[in-house]
Amino acid sequence: MIPLHLYLLVSAGLFCMGIYGVLARRNAVAILMGIELMLNAVNINLVAFWRYISPESLNGQVFAIFVFAVAAAEAAVGLALIISIYRNRETVIAEDVNILKW
Amino acid sequence: MTLETLVWLIPLPPLLAFFVILLFTRGNKRISDLVSVASILLTWVISIIVLIGALGTFHLGENPIITQIVWLPLGESVETSLTMGALVDPLGAVMLFFVPLTATMIFIYSTGYMASGHYWTEVKGEAHGEDHESDEHHEVVVDDAGRTLTQFDATKWKARFMAFISLFAGAMLILSIADSLLLLFVGWEIMGLCSYLLIGFWHNRVYPNQPNRTTPLKAGIKAFMTTRVGDVFMLLGIAWLYSVTGTLNFRETLYSGEMLLALEAPAFPTLGQSVPLLAGLSIAGSISILLFIGTVGKSAQFPLHTWLPDAMEGPTPVSAMIHAATMVSAGVYLLIRMFPLITVGWHGHGYPPAMKVIAGVGAFTALFAATISIAQRDVKKVLAYSTISQLGYMVAAVGIGAYIAAAFHLMTHAIFKALLFMGSGSVIHAVEHGEQHAHHEGHHFPIDFDAQDMFNMGGLWSRIPVTAWTFLVGGMALSGFPLITAGFWSKDEILADAWLHAPVVFFVLAAAAFLTGFYTMRQIGLTFAGKPRTHAAEEATQRDWRMNLPLIVLAVFGVVAGYVGVHEDFPLLGRLFGGNPFHHFVSQTLLESPEVALFNWTPVLLSVVVAVGGLLVGWLVYVRRPLEVGEADPLKKVLGPLYTLFENKYYFDELYEVAFIRPSQWLARQIYEVIDRGMIDGLLHFIARSTEWWAFRNKDFDTGVVNRGVDSMAEGIGEASDSFKYVQSGRIQQYLAVVAAGVLMLAAVFIWALFLH
Amino acid sequence: MTITPETVAFAIMSVLVLGGGLGVVSSRNLIHAALYLALTLFGVAGLYALFEAPFLAAVQVLVYLGAIAVLVTITIMVTRRLMGITENVNRQWPVAALIAVLAAAILGFVVISQFAGVYPTQAVPPDTIERMGQSFASHQGFLLPFEVASVLLLAAMIGAIVVARD
Repeated sequence: MIPLHLYLLVSAGLFCMGIYGVLARRNAVAILMGIELMLNAVNINLVAFWRYISPESLNGQVFAIFVFAVAAAEAAVGLALIISIYRNRETVIAEDVNILKW
Repeated sequence: MTLETLVWLIPLPPLLAFFVILLFTRGNKRISDLVSVASILLTWVISIIVLIGALGTFHLGENPIITQIVWLPLGESVETSLTMGALVDPLGAVMLFFVPLTATMIFIYSTGYMASGHYWTEVKGEAHGEDHESDEHHEVVVDDAGRTLTQFDATKWKARFMAFISLFAGAMLILSIADSLLLLFVGWEIMGLCSYLLIGFWHNRVYPNQPNRTTPLKAGIKAFMTTRVGDVFMLLGIAWLYSVTGTLNFRETLYSGEMLLALEAPAFPTLGQSVPLLAGLSIAGSISILLFIGTVGKSAQFPLHTWLPDAMEGPTPVSAMIHAATMVSAGVYLLIRMFPLITVGWHGHGYPPAMKVIAGVGAFTALFAATISIAQRDVKKVLAYSTISQLGYMVAAVGIGAYIAAAFHLMTHAIFKALLFMGSGSVIHAVEHGEQHAHHEGHHFPIDFDAQDMFNMGGLWSRIPVTAWTFLVGGMALSGFPLITAGFWSKDEILADAWLHAPVVFFVLAAAAFLTGFYTMRQIGLTFAGKPRTHAAEEATQRDWRMNLPLIVLAVFGVVAGYVGVHEDFPLLGRLFGGNPFHHFVSQTLLESPEVALFNWTPVLLSVVVAVGGLLVGWLVYVRRPLEVGEADPLKKVLGPLYTLFENKYYFDELYEVAFIRPSQWLARQIYEVIDRGMIDGLLHFIARSTEWWAFRNKDFDTGVVNRGVDSMAEGIGEASDSFKYVQSGRIQQYLAVVAAGVLMLAAVFIWALFLH
Repeated sequence: MTITPETVAFAIMSVLVLGGGLGVVSSRNLIHAALYLALTLFGVAGLYALFEAPFLAAVQVLVYLGAIAVLVTITIMVTRRLMGITENVNRQWPVAALIAVLAAAILGFVVISQFAGVYPTQAVPPDTIERMGQSFASHQGFLLPFEVASVLLLAAMIGAIVVARD
């Protein structure tokens, strides 16, 4: 069997890549992809703990499924927003959308 | 369908009505009216069924109607999961009696009240064009403050109004059936939002020639911010209670002997040794005081009372809803609900500090608000301060341990104060109608004519008899007219308990009762008695059955609702009305049911004397010889400067302006003066001067080195402040990076504390 | 650790997940990033299979690979006119990298110090999927959250249509 910490390290690595993607990429679609990476990392954690700590309970898997639902909703609305911004402002660069500044 | 299922359904219809109106029917006022009234009627019917079931349950206090679901399972058992549930115990049953009743009446009334009317609004921007020329329907004027104003149709957003009060009623019902402090807080906060939306409902309204008068917009913000102060403390109390007990369920915390005993431990064992003020405070006491601050905000007790009078800027049904029947009652309901927690450490003698605080604040507020009320001109402001005063009664009653009396007064007050508010709304409506009518007949009115000013009324008795008679009933109930009104019995019970337990509180409350009688009679005299003082009052009329029917229904209840709580030993009547059924019913709510205070003639007679005395003095001054046109308030001569003090509400708004708003502005200015101009500019000036001095010694060195140095320093400061503003870059990723860094720091702190420390 | 089919599978999936993740955040061409994203998502599905959670693995493939990755790709194609952007990272990328490294350090520390060498103690009950299905339809289980999630998805769908419409 593979010890729990290896899975958690993979998940942590994925999460940190996601953080970097969200913070550093210019393209809004790329930022959304970073968010997807982070959500997946969280899901790996949830399922790993479910498997290693309490496989007889359902909560870990169920939580992961709700994360799926939220991720799907977030992707749909987020991408729709990007398309809308693209139509109105001819850009998908997150830092160009900055009318709320000083 | 079982009773348990029905309890869930109680708050549902108004909440559904809210969504239905906002999503589908908002374009049609008539259908929106129907939807909201039908929803509240349905709720009323369900509540009555539940109420009958609850009354028929043997020993409801020990076997309340409880229903619970797990809405977020965590861990393996129900205990660790988050649950939500409904609870109907005797206290809850009382709420289910008067909340749907008054709410239904207010809904019906609203459909009539919001059906006509105009107010002034400011025309902004390109408004001087042809669209805004004066015509028959749209008068455009310029007031003294130079603003361009036009008439605005007050009924324009009626459907939205009905949606908001539906949401409001739904939130109040959630609060009434909540089985835990958390769900109660949910209802509490939704009501906070609704009060903001409803008080500021006419958000574009302005008052001609009175640029400094509080507008509905400002009043809504003020109400929201002020109650927020209390809510933050309340949330602290809830969090504290949860951290100590691990649950917020009422039955699990308040009805468990061990848990209450555990809460009796001192809250600040180490701090208490050095600060004697905190030494006597138990955990329960501290939590009670925090929760009580929530009540102070919501029920407008001193010192957070200033929002309620300004909240009268909302449409009058809102005043009846928020300030009589529901929202302000929520604060008192919370106190009564939390009574076992408040009384931890009280064994029949020697009040713990929390109770002293509550009794003190309540009694003080009762008297304080009553004094302000006697000098108000606005017909609704009188009632606003009267409400604060009556809520003070209930709070004081809880503080001296008489929670049943508080619940009784809560019920009767909700009914007759809703009646009075709706009556005043009817009066205002009548006068506005009269103004328009007189206007068409060629009488001229100043643009700042105030239809709510009682000095513009008079002689309305014959013009609007239904309103006048029902208002009289409500006023008598408010001032506690002996034997026939509900207010007498409930107020009497509070006074009797106060006489027994806390004589000081008794005398303060009795003084307030005298003032109550006086200002009630003053209001009735100024509004209805004598001859009309303006043309608007002369032509005043109001014949809408949707407004008159609720008045009549509530007037009936304003009389009979008191008979459920007549003291057993009261001669004749005590037996006749079944020997105080209200007390026996509600007293089952708690673990040990409190004794009925022994019947004693002294407080009864004293309260009769003060109430009738107040009414009589008011009658002598304002009714026997009604005011003439242009005559000043006779009270002004008697009270002199005190009258000005009362009229200006003890200058509390000004005090808060001086104590809180100005100091923060002052601080900002000081920082600017000291740091900016004193230190930074001073340093620069110093360097500049010394450079200048040095320059005469060594001009070349000066221009070549020092001058440039100073320049670059100034530029550096300029650039530094320039680059500071880029914090607000509008770039979300930069914000997010700051957030992430903060989270990392927190994580590091936690790890240090948990694993490394 | 001996080399078993399971460890081999784990190694492959980890490489897919981490390598794909690196590709997502570092490729200049967004289409490539989307393809890397698909790779990562597939690796995560593989991890679920290793956890003996076949249902989750299937949902992962369906929802993420089948829907979200495709959605991302379509968005990239719709907004493709701006794909000739040379710089793919913003000015604050060193800060972002620092934050990511610090987060990795903190997470790694917690994982190593708290969860090192934990092995499963119980087998997965064979009726897990069945029980999960029942719990979604029972009010002792997750009926309310389930319905709320449905409403959320409906709202997101309507919202996406309204926002993206002309």
